[in-house]
Amino acid sequence: MEALHVVSALLMFSGVFFMIAGALGIIRFPDFYTRLHAAGKCDTLGEVLIILGFMVYEGFSFLSVKLLFLSFFILLANPVGTHALIRAAYLTGVKMWKKEESQ
Amino acid sequence: MEMLDVFLAVGILITVSILMTMYRVFRGPTTLDRLMATSVIGTKVVVLLVVIGYLFERPIFVDIPLTYAMLNFVGTLIVAKYIERGELWKPYT
Repeated sequence: MEALHVVSALLMFSGVFFMIAGALGIIRFPDFYTRLHAAGKCDTLGEVLIILGFMVYEGFSFLSVKLLFLSFFILLANPVGTHALIRAAYLTGVKMWKKEESQ
Repeated sequence: MEMLDVFLAVGILITVSILMTMYRVFRGPTTLDRLMATSVIGTKVVVLLVVIGYLFERPIFVDIPLTYAMLNFVGTLIVAKYIERGELWKPYT
């Protein structure tokens, strides 16, 4: 394997690590807001890292420009979706988690 | 270790994380939990489509994830707006 392939494989596996950590957070956290906290950040970073790994593997071509557009769109769209979801939850009165309620 | 093995491992691990997120779709307490989990699955599937395109050595498939990302984003926004206001096209007062 060349050096650039090693770099792209490292980027992809770190992205997969972030995605699995976000999925664990979605399963384990007790509240809607904390679950969204895990989902929004871990997913955005993991997907952008995987697409960055594909850009390093591809080199400089038309296809890597398309992948750059895709990662830019994910960086733009994912926080907007998270904000819309959390605004809908707050305005319709989803209850927040307190430590006394769970015991 | 060839590069195709790396792509296969990344695709399998993304599928595992999708299956872990499906738990929240099946038993989320509120509707917004299910909506959040489906949105997360949609953005994971975008990356999975790129991985599948490289795995089958047809990287020109990148056009399909671009379209799917835009459709998933619009769907999440519309359903969140509907849950927030009760109807779709009510203007701001």
